Amino acid sequence: MNNASRRVLRGGTVLASALTLALSLTACGSSDDGSESSPADVDAALAEGGSLTVWTWDLTMKQVAKDFEAAHPKVKINLVNAGTNKDQYTALENAISAGKGVPDVAQIEYYALGQFSLSKSLADLSAYGADELADSYSPGPWNAVASGDQVYALPLDSGPMALYYNKKVFDKHGIAVPKTWDEYVDAARKLHKADPKVFITNDAGEPGFATSLIWQAGGRPYKVDGTKVSVDFSDAGSRTYADTWQKLLDDKLVAPVVSWSDEWFKGLADGSIATLATGAWMPTNLETGAASAAGDWRVAPLPQWKAGAAVSAENGGSSLAIPAASKNKELAYAFLEYANAGAGVKSRVDDGAFPATTAELTSKEFLAKKFDYFGGQEANKIFSESASQVPDGWSYLPFQVYANSIFNDNVGKAYASNTTLSQGLAQWQKASIAYGKEQGFTVGD
Amino acid sequence: MTALSPPAAKGRPVRRGGLQRRRAWVGWGFVGPFMAVFALVFLAPIGYSLYLSLFRNQLVGGTSFVGLDNYRRAMEDPQFWSALGRVSLFLVVQVPVMLGIALLVALAIDSGRLYGKGFFRIAIFLPYAVPAVVASLMWGFMYGTRFGLVGNINDAFGVELPNPLSPDLVLASIGNIVTWEFVGYNMLIFYSALRVIPHALYEAAEIDGAGQLRIITAIKLPAIRGALAVATIFSIIGSFQLFNEPSILKPLAPNAITTYFTPNSYTYSLAFAGQQHNYAATVAIVMGVLTMVIAYVVQLRGMRKEA
Repeated sequence: MNNASRRVLRGGTVLASALTLALSLTACGSSDDGSESSPADVDAALAEGGSLTVWTWDLTMKQVAKDFEAAHPKVKINLVNAGTNKDQYTALENAISAGKGVPDVAQIEYYALGQFSLSKSLADLSAYGADELADSYSPGPWNAVASGDQVYALPLDSGPMALYYNKKVFDKHGIAVPKTWDEYVDAARKLHKADPKVFITNDAGEPGFATSLIWQAGGRPYKVDGTKVSVDFSDAGSRTYADTWQKLLDDKLVAPVVSWSDEWFKGLADGSIATLATGAWMPTNLETGAASAAGDWRVAPLPQWKAGAAVSAENGGSSLAIPAASKNKELAYAFLEYANAGAGVKSRVDDGAFPATTAELTSKEFLAKKFDYFGGQEANKIFSESASQVPDGWSYLPFQVYANSIFNDNVGKAYASNTTLSQGLAQWQKASIAYGKEQGFTVGD
Repeated sequence: MTALSPPAAKGRPVRRGGLQRRRAWVGWGFVGPFMAVFALVFLAPIGYSLYLSLFRNQLVGGTSFVGLDNYRRAMEDPQFWSALGRVSLFLVVQVPVMLGIALLVALAIDSGRLYGKGFFRIAIFLPYAVPAVVASLMWGFMYGTRFGLVGNINDAFGVELPNPLSPDLVLASIGNIVTWEFVGYNMLIFYSALRVIPHALYEAAEIDGAGQLRIITAIKLPAIRGALAVATIFSIIGSFQLFNEPSILKPLAPNAITTYFTPNSYTYSLAFAGQQHNYAATVAIVMGVLTMVIAYVVQLRGMRKEA
């Protein structure tokens, strides 16, 4: 080999690493035009028209966009699926720091809002009158989008938790539907003993699920006050969750199947995954992903940590926010209000979304809706009740997206080795604190 | 290499200074377009990464100059070193296996004693044409212990095969995918090198009474030494840049494949999930330098006798 090709080889190595970087790195910049807006500007913008780019992965938004365009012919809505949850956040974060290609409206889940509001990347919607909508939403979602007198987003949907269970499987083995988590562990044992192919549920370590159950158990591991944060997974609620769930892991009573995988949908359809404790947005996913099990599934209230209690938690749920770098915030807000507080809500509920607005949550029509998939059950009654039982005081970290991304590095060990859940949570706590310190937060534990 | 000297100007006296000046500019004219592209696509990104690696951007507090702090942090970062250790292990185990198989296949095809040589060659090479993403997905499905091929085998024969996606085995499983993907590619490099060996050498060896084994060790292997070195260097670079396979398999085995599984995954996670662009730049630079050093050492050893 001669000198020339040597140089190419060396160059290639450096080039490859350098290109990876060049793609990911963008100069930092922030723009703030500082102009004050008012609700009147929103009407003016609507009259003038224009086009909006909306980043969302929620399929029910398609109809909303169509209806909005029909009502306001001068407005063009450009719906873009820029990825689901964290993929989209990465794209959004990059667009914001590049100052280019930022959408006018973006879907952001509640747990990720903190990261964007902290860096002042989102427009304060109270200027447009969003603060007056406080009473239109159930408290859980509203607390997630509002902080002080600022409103960073409007709730798109919510995920009060419930227990979805495969009635056919429970009936076949003569097992009662668990009302507490202890009963749940017993049911898991009985089911798996009766049929080794059946698992009570799947769990391969999911941060959103773990934090929701801790929330329900009364744990408040995250405390956030501006840039002062603390992480502590040693409180009573977190321990209750870890100790109970550990029993399921120890006896291998949960299927090690990753949610949303093909295996998962197969398991939901064939009865080998017998229950799911998750948000009220699940029904449409079951209808499409496990269509062959229609009629087998039912909904029950979420099992309790204390017998006789009535406490729930939120799992998932999204909001729509307007990035501060949007060029047409007034028009964007007009669309936001339509989709999340106006006529758009009804259209989305009809398409299977679970609302965050009290008007829909308490409407007779909504509560009386019969789900064919659940054998005609009026499941919304259970979901709506659950929404009213979500305890407050919960907050996510301003860097929850990153914390969740390293959940499996730490807590995942409890699923793959002899580490216990408590040890895993303690490691996660340590790693989250380390990251918080690195990012300049004042961190206590 | 000999430099081309301009024909001596005979009989036509020209002012020396003018010619030299013009000559200097003509050279730049030819090199200019290349230099511009080179600076833009090679030097600028590296320079920018170096620049970035000297800063730190925090969610609270913004960007500040930190000098070599990021490099100091990388030196003490257990996650970075564990990632590097993992790809090094991968390198010393997987690369010899892969190159060994590729060499064996190349020699077999080149021996001329194989029936259906053309089919054999294309069949071995075909996996290389499958995109790495597709290959990883495909193998991921096969590795599944519940619904995948491994699961089917377990069900059909009533055995309990170890889970290829468990933390202990996942690196070997990835090695298997990479070997499957790249044996054909390396085989082709070796085979093309074998083809240019003059046949007269084999005839001469046969007349001297050399057997096939002797021909391989005394003629073929020394003749393709250069190709072996090239393939080795490519494989080293490939190992250090391992990224596709683990990141595709991660959703299937989230607890076995960490965010810092390989240096590249670590860089990716830092930059995209953690917003730590500056530290990600640092890790990438350290990795680039390490790869260069190791590739260079191997190259020096591999090339020593040839030049």
